[in-house]
Amino acid sequence: MNRLQVAIVDYGMGNLRSVANAFKAVAPDTTVAVTSDPAQIAQAERVVFPGQGAMPDCIRELDARSLRQAVMDATQQKPFLGICIGLQMLFQHSEEGNVPGLGVYAGEVKRFPQAKMVDVHGEKLKVPHMGWSQVHQTQPHALWQEIPDQARFYYVHSYYVVPDETALTAATTAYPFDFTGAIARDNVFAVQFHPEKSASAGLQLLRNFVNWKP
Amino acid sequence: MGCAKRIIPCLDVTDGRVVKGVNFLELRDAGDPVEIAQRYNDQGADELTFLDITASSDNRDLILHIIERVAEQIFIPLTVGGGVRKVEDVRRLLNAGADKVSINTTAVVNPQVVEDAAGRFGSQCIVVAIDAKKVDNQPFEWEVFTHGGRNPTGLDAVKWAQKMVSLGAGELLVTSMDRDGTKIGFNNPLNKAISEAVDVPLIASGGVGNLQHLVEGVTVGGADAVLAASIFHYGEFTVQQAKDYMREHGIEVR
Repeated sequence: MNRLQVAIVDYGMGNLRSVANAFKAVAPDTTVAVTSDPAQIAQAERVVFPGQGAMPDCIRELDARSLRQAVMDATQQKPFLGICIGLQMLFQHSEEGNVPGLGVYAGEVKRFPQAKMVDVHGEKLKVPHMGWSQVHQTQPHALWQEIPDQARFYYVHSYYVVPDETALTAATTAYPFDFTGAIARDNVFAVQFHPEKSASAGLQLLRNFVNWKP
Repeated sequence: MGCAKRIIPCLDVTDGRVVKGVNFLELRDAGDPVEIAQRYNDQGADELTFLDITASSDNRDLILHIIERVAEQIFIPLTVGGGVRKVEDVRRLLNAGADKVSINTTAVVNPQVVEDAAGRFGSQCIVVAIDAKKVDNQPFEWEVFTHGGRNPTGLDAVKWAQKMVSLGAGELLVTSMDRDGTKIGFNNPLNKAISEAVDVPLIASGGVGNLQHLVEGVTVGGADAVLAASIFHYGEFTVQQAKDYMREHGIEVR
């Protein structure tokens, strides 16, 4: 088996083709594959950890495929990109189904509180938070290269991460309060939005990930 | 500080071609779906909706191929609807590259499909499409119709919207049958009534004839996204012109 440059972790929760398509578009010479083989993930140069659906199901399916260890190892060893639930699962605990996450980072995954979802004009904000919102970069990072601060990315989620350590946050988005839109630590970068669906800004972030040397 | 209001060009697809009708009838050809999708993407569309308007079983595979081709080159959300009858249909469309699947007639015939699909794939990818028409013979104002607008259901569109959200719909695509293809503007009272009754985003559809209609869809109708077909297909306006116009009128756009 050839060593993959980018392994996209497949644990059976939804369609990962758009993530793979986006990598193929930005890095046509890179070997990219969607895989549920722990050995292939262990050997890959870079790991992408996407996710959609409900977090309890994601954790269950990850364990059903014996992928937890491969993912945990990747967070310690190589360039790692978490997307959406793939960000949320890195934390200790989620309000969604009241389940423990992988616990790579201390913190909680919370639901947008319906009662507080009103903007400055008194307009009701919908949950899920679905659409293009501005992403404010709170620390410089290789993955933000060529992406303007406050660029808009596509979000679709009802839960968001609250890291214990605020220094983990790499970007915030206001909806209506500032929540963590991205985190960064050593070889790990993870985002709540969907770069694979965020047009040119999203594609640039994926291109940056392929070239990233943490 | 919320989300930018989305502009969603809608591609009605039949026999592998994009078409457009008036009041759900009189179809005319508007071009190749992949080419049109690419053009709207380049113009800055926030999302694309494909509706398989014939949705026979032969047609089903055709739209899957179209979605696959579009998803390889376009990196914005894609919604696909038309003829979704089973959870398995939802899975096939998602696997072809759809980000969201829109369910219309089946939601009425078998609401369990909405609940099961949302439970399995998440509410974020389940859009319930509601075709509504103003009626005089009911104790409510707007009635839900199915089968491409042919069959009345006796259901109140506002209550129906709430029920669909309670079953797990993550978004509602509300089409006014009275307005579809007429170019006289969205049915803003209908959209407003539904938007205020639910917490999920609402896409307004049916009746756009000019850019002011898009603005009113948001400011009067309370829509989170505005969907239009003919004003874009026949080159009257580009998506970029629509965004510029909305921005000039104080609406947050991407």
